Amino acid sequence: MNKSEKNILQPKMAVEVAGLRLKNPVMPASGTFGYGEEYAPYIDLNQLGAVVTKGMSLNPKAGNNTPRICETVSGMLNAIGLQNVGVDAFIKNKMAYLQQYETPVIVNFFGSTQDEYGEVAARLDDVPGVAALEMNISCPNVKHGGIIFGTDPEAAFAAVSLVRKRTNKPLIVKLTPNVTDIQVTARAAEDAGADALSLINTLTGMAVDVKTRKPRLANTIGGLSGPAIRPIAVRLVHQVVQAVQVPVIGIGGISRAMDALEFLIVGAKAVQVGTANFVDPNAMATILAGLEEFCRDEGIADINDLIGSLEL
Amino acid sequence: MKNFKTIILSNQEISPGYYRMKILAPGYNELARPGQFVMFRVQRSLPPLLRRPFGIFRAGFLPADCESMPPKEFIEIIYKVVGSGTEIMQGLHHGDPVELLGPLGSGFDPGTPEEEKILVGGGIGLAPLYMLAEKMVEKSKVRLLMGGRSRDDIITVTEFERLGVETYVSTEDGSLGEEGLVTRVLERKLDKYPKASVFACGPMPMIEAVQKICLERGTSLQVSLEALMACGVGACLGCVVKGEGHTEVDPRYLCTCTSGPVFKAEELNWNKAAINGVESGGCK
Ligand SMILES: Cc1cc2nc3c(=O)[nH]c(=O)nc-3n(C[C@H](O)[C@H](O)[C@H](O)COP(=O)(O)OP(=O)(O)OC[C@H]3O[C@@H](n4cnc5c(N)ncnc54)[C@H](O)[C@@H]3O)c2cc1C
Ligand SMILES: Cc1cc2nc3c(=O)[nH]c(=O)nc-3n(C[C@H](O)[C@H](O)[C@H](O)COP(=O)(O)O)c2cc1C
Ligand code: FES
Repeated sequence: MNKSEKNILQPKMAVEVAGLRLKNPVMPASGTFGYGEEYAPYIDLNQLGAVVTKGMSLNPKAGNNTPRICETVSGMLNAIGLQNVGVDAFIKNKMAYLQQYETPVIVNFFGSTQDEYGEVAARLDDVPGVAALEMNISCPNVKHGGIIFGTDPEAAFAAVSLVRKRTNKPLIVKLTPNVTDIQVTARAAEDAGADALSLINTLTGMAVDVKTRKPRLANTIGGLSGPAIRPIAVRLVHQVVQAVQVPVIGIGGISRAMDALEFLIVGAKAVQVGTANFVDPNAMATILAGLEEFCRDEGIADINDLIGSLEL
Repeated sequence: MKNFKTIILSNQEISPGYYRMKILAPGYNELARPGQFVMFRVQRSLPPLLRRPFGIFRAGFLPADCESMPPKEFIEIIYKVVGSGTEIMQGLHHGDPVELLGPLGSGFDPGTPEEEKILVGGGIGLAPLYMLAEKMVEKSKVRLLMGGRSRDDIITVTEFERLGVETYVSTEDGSLGEEGLVTRVLERKLDKYPKASVFACGPMPMIEAVQKICLERGTSLQVSLEALMACGVGACLGCVVKGEGHTEVDPRYLCTCTSGPVFKAEELNWNKAAINGVESGGCK
């Protein structure tokens, strides 16, 4: 195709993920956009492909001691400890606000046992306005010595299978990058019935204050996010796209349209923007505009033509 | 509250290591309340990555460039150079592009006009107290107790005086004003004006000492806290402090950025180490 011959005024941006039709492929990453409301003064939530909420657990969770965050080179460490209001309070107090928007709401959730995962999913199952569930499996399994569900393919398979039985909503499983072979966990989640996979969650990291000789985070270890992790995330998305049939959502260090494009080109159907929201609350709108501009410049009529167009 | 791209009008060193930056800020005279802050984007390229929070020192108007134009609105922030972000800031000049997200957070509650007001500022902690003084001096007697390590840490006191605020300076090394801690001055003033209400901002050890004094005397106290912040809008939950009644089993975290940065003393949990660990050398 000779791109200069085509004159594209309004490239098509809609994508389909896990049976959801999104008006564009850009959405926030869980935990970086609150419950949506926090950013509504700065960005039109109706512009977004979807809204992804802070991770929910069965009971309210207090989170970790402070300091909880720390800037590192081109990134940040966080150990928030999944502080949240609990799934029932979320349904009661936070959903109504989000329902005034036409944007699909994806609710991120987690558990510390397999049953807890199942129970949270079940409670969200008949909640109107919840378009899909995103299951965060980067959590310790308290019944099994605290091994992270997402690093143990069998535990991941079992937990996802159970959640699958307890919800009819589209199920996105969010993978941790802290594994030796992500293709194994990706396949386990797919085999257990995930409709889509999202990745990456944060990479574990640590920073030390050399003067006090203390860790910079009260929790000692935290999750690294931001531009620093992008090349790792792109690589992992590329590998997962090769390994599974279900759609993949790319996450990790996206702050500009060019960054999002890398993920789309390696085959992600959509992207999530995390840390960049903190830097610029309007980041997702800028990314979206940049994607459209790129499509126009390159003569791409439909963003889907770009997805998975990696030349090897 | 909104985010907008703007420019620096001036940026000057006012004392060794302390700078005063004037930023074009349309709407802020109307919007900003005493005690609020902005998330300042140091520059548009990396590093640093995250915005930095700064209290609004003052809002004002500059004469317009020409007659047909409205006067220019600005805010001023006062900052101390402590790390990578503020190091970059000190090198910025008139016309340099920056971004402001704000005004953010709860402000001070000025209380009733008939009470006497005592402001306690420790070093750079003085910054958010100026707008409050501006607001209160019209109707109330306002006294400022300003403390610092040495004379270099005593900033903008004359401006408070110009507002009509009675000021008392103390330094730990005695290089300016009375020698010793600002809390000693506070105790003396409270002996004399036991009904006064207190507004404090400064390093955590100072705030804790002020809280102790006020608690013992039943004095009403509002404090402005600092915390490491990523978003400034209540989304990341990085900036929390422990609220009143907080326990391990029944945790009550409050966001410094949205529930604060100004808190009534009774809203917080004052058990040792309950407060955000900035003073222990945390980072962003
Ligand atoms: C609501 C609020 C209002 C503030 N107002 C002012 C103000 O008016 N003037 C001013 O100079 N500073 C103010 N601060 C502190 C200011 O945000 C930090 O000094 C600044 O972010 C440091 O950035 P840096 O990149 O230079 O330092 P970094 O390299 O990030 O850190 C250097 C050192 O500064 C400390 N530090 C970093 N961030 C903070 C923080 N948010 N609070 C306290 N200490 C920190 C770190 O523990 C570290 O020891 C305020 C903070 C808050 C939360
Ligand atoms: C402060 C913070 C809180 C987060 N909370 C969650 C969470 O509750 N659930 C989750 O699945 N991921 C959470 N994440 C991970 C992000 O959703 C995202 O996967 C990660 O930050 C990488 O993207 P980024 O580099 O664009 O930030 C959090 C990240 C940050 C920085
Ligand atoms: S700074 Fe993000 S919640 Fe307060």
